[in-house]
Amino acid sequence: MHKEFMMGNEAIALGAMAAGVNLVAGYPGTPSTEVLETIAKRNPGNVYVEWSINEKAGMEVAAGAAYAGARTLVTMKQVGLNVASDPLMSLEYIGVKGGMVVLVADDPGPISSQTEQDTRTFGMFSKVPVFDPCSVSDAYEMIQEAFEVSEKYGTPVIFRATTRVDHGYEALEIKDPEEYVKNVPEGFVKDPSRWVIFPKLSVKNHALIEKRNVELADVFSEYSRNVILKEKQPCRKGIATHGANFGYIQDACKERNLRILRVATPFPFPEKLAREFLEGLDEVLCVEELDPVIERALIYVCGKYGLNVKIRGKKTGDIPPSGENTLEIVDAAIARMVGEQKAPKEDAQAAPPALPVRPPVLCAGCPHRASFYAVKVAMKGQKTIYCGDIGCYTLGNAQPLDMCDTCLCMGAGIGIAQGVSHTEPDTKCFAFVGDSTFFASGITETINAFYNQADLTLVILDNSTTAMTGHQPHPGTGRTVMGQAVEKVNMEKVLRAIGLEIVETIDPLDHKLSVETVKRVAAAPGVKAIIFRSPCIALTKPVGRLAVDPDKCIACGKCIRELGCPALILGEDGKKAKIDTSLCTGCTLCEQLCPVSAISGGSKNDTAKEGKANE
Amino acid sequence: MNKNIILCGVGGQGTILASRLIASAAMKKNLPIKTAETIGMAQRGGSVFSHLRIGEANTPLIAKGQADLIIAFEPGEAVRQLPFLREGGAVVVSKRPVMPVSAMIGKSVYDAEAMLDYLKANVKNLTIVDADKAAKELGLAKTLNVVLLGAALRSGALGLSAEDIESAMRERIPAKLLDLNLRSLSWVN
Repeated sequence: MHKEFMMGNEAIALGAMAAGVNLVAGYPGTPSTEVLETIAKRNPGNVYVEWSINEKAGMEVAAGAAYAGARTLVTMKQVGLNVASDPLMSLEYIGVKGGMVVLVADDPGPISSQTEQDTRTFGMFSKVPVFDPCSVSDAYEMIQEAFEVSEKYGTPVIFRATTRVDHGYEALEIKDPEEYVKNVPEGFVKDPSRWVIFPKLSVKNHALIEKRNVELADVFSEYSRNVILKEKQPCRKGIATHGANFGYIQDACKERNLRILRVATPFPFPEKLAREFLEGLDEVLCVEELDPVIERALIYVCGKYGLNVKIRGKKTGDIPPSGENTLEIVDAAIARMVGEQKAPKEDAQAAPPALPVRPPVLCAGCPHRASFYAVKVAMKGQKTIYCGDIGCYTLGNAQPLDMCDTCLCMGAGIGIAQGVSHTEPDTKCFAFVGDSTFFASGITETINAFYNQADLTLVILDNSTTAMTGHQPHPGTGRTVMGQAVEKVNMEKVLRAIGLEIVETIDPLDHKLSVETVKRVAAAPGVKAIIFRSPCIALTKPVGRLAVDPDKCIACGKCIRELGCPALILGEDGKKAKIDTSLCTGCTLCEQLCPVSAISGGSKNDTAKEGKANE
Repeated sequence: MNKNIILCGVGGQGTILASRLIASAAMKKNLPIKTAETIGMAQRGGSVFSHLRIGEANTPLIAKGQADLIIAFEPGEAVRQLPFLREGGAVVVSKRPVMPVSAMIGKSVYDAEAMLDYLKANVKNLTIVDADKAAKELGLAKTLNVVLLGAALRSGALGLSAEDIESAMRERIPAKLLDLNLRSLSWVN
């Protein structure tokens, strides 16, 4: 054992390694990404790790290995589970031989997601047992136990953490590699009655799953992480909670006298433990994020056993029905339940001045800005729709670019553009998709649009990485997370193989050529593609810094107004443009735009190279 | 020792490294440490914050009115986090504003001077760091995080010594940048 300071996701990764995980697959997504990255980085050498092209592929790879007796982990964010739900729903009926943990990161808030879905509810729906860690150190131990349960009961299990656990840090004791479990897979044993899903098998296995989950509920009632913290003196009120909220509650109840239930396995629900908790209470406050899972379960337990306990929470308006809980929300809800009269704090401070509004923006020098701007200029005055997708380029929706009319889910922009094209034939339909998203779920949509005679322009924004989640490789990059150099999947060839006749690849930082290309391609009928290829600025060194010549600048404001680049700021006079050299990458887009050629530079210099020192 | 510290700024300013340095220094002294970081979309120029709790705590998050120290990389972000400061708590702030793009294109307003005035009026233990001067004298714009950390040390509110932070820096910062960072740590306005 030794002590390390680490992120929750790193603790989950090291816990999986300690449990002898043999294979790890996943697709990046905040807040889950660092789990797989940590295993790749700290691989003892015998773990197969891959970034799969999407969560469905990852789930299937992990299932196959678990069929062969490997211990496997598949990682994704909550919306990724939607993509992987098809294999998971059926896999629960088939089961596994090696332990298989499905790591799903939920995002209350949401902070970086499309939805606030609750994977605990997904566990109930899919009948898959769910583990819900409350802290970094809890997660490290719990994932090892999750592998044991999975293997013992022959079922995949969901390990769902939330942002505050995934991205929280703690110093904790962890095992050394010599202490890791060594799991040698037995190999796949042929048995059609076990591995081939047919209605007959499903009928049989469904009954077994229901029976097993009743047993598991009893097992979980004895599980050490499902706990009741007893009141200090007799009391008739309690709090039921889970995950990161357990810490908030413990902090809030230091000076209070309440009984506390922490539910670590929301499904199958530890009913016996819940009954013990409810014994002698009149009132319980359920403090949860996302769905009222524990609240519903407690209402059920009260109904089933005829207990007269008032269950409060989201359903009674005591806890907000959506969003992330804060220490303040939790403290106020407890104060209301116990009837504390708090004197409202005298606010001595005057109200602060208007705070700056800071939505996330495309980085200075981001090639996506140039791509969006080229399309915007080329299509000026025409009836258009710009269908966006999931990635950094969703930020193209911000002013002044305003180039993202729709965004739904991974790969959806192409289908949405197709739907609009069939409905409004006079609209020029564009679908913007990133390189990683194209491989993840854009190829089938492109085939669908092409074969069904849509009229749209597919714009692939190829920055040669999965940028938003921290630069993971994908099939277009020619390297794997294991560090192998491999044959790239060539997206031009893929598009031509589908049948597209117009596939143009261009550097978006060449503004004039980009505009001409967009005009020409968009005018052609059918499905055609433009690939804007320029690497993410976070992966390349800046080529230099530009500068504005104040004698030439006529203060027209065009560069600032049209591009919204964070490196373009107003100079000391508040009128002329100035370049923030700490941000400029020398992309030259503003230089190409300036009507009086006041911006120039772009030569190599040393500051540029060292500029990223402490980021 | 129990210390609640908030670091805040704009995505890309280097708040996470500063948070790591404090955490490493606390760990070397065998103090329990928990932190929570903003990671993800907000790192693209959004408001970001780290909460650090040194000493026994059940959660890394700090409640309003409970922070002993706020290290702000930007005046507006200091004001945004000010409700977390306890009475008598300290604030170290860089006076250089980061203008949001929305303000540049006239879609919002941002008066950074008003932010500094507000801090002066409401915080007794306030240190204002001249980031532009630091960058000029140190020759680089990108060690603001360590410059602020140095100011926080000298404010006395960090509860750690310069030696504690320096030894953490020696472990975490690449050798060729170490000298620059050590000079940044001791830089004074």
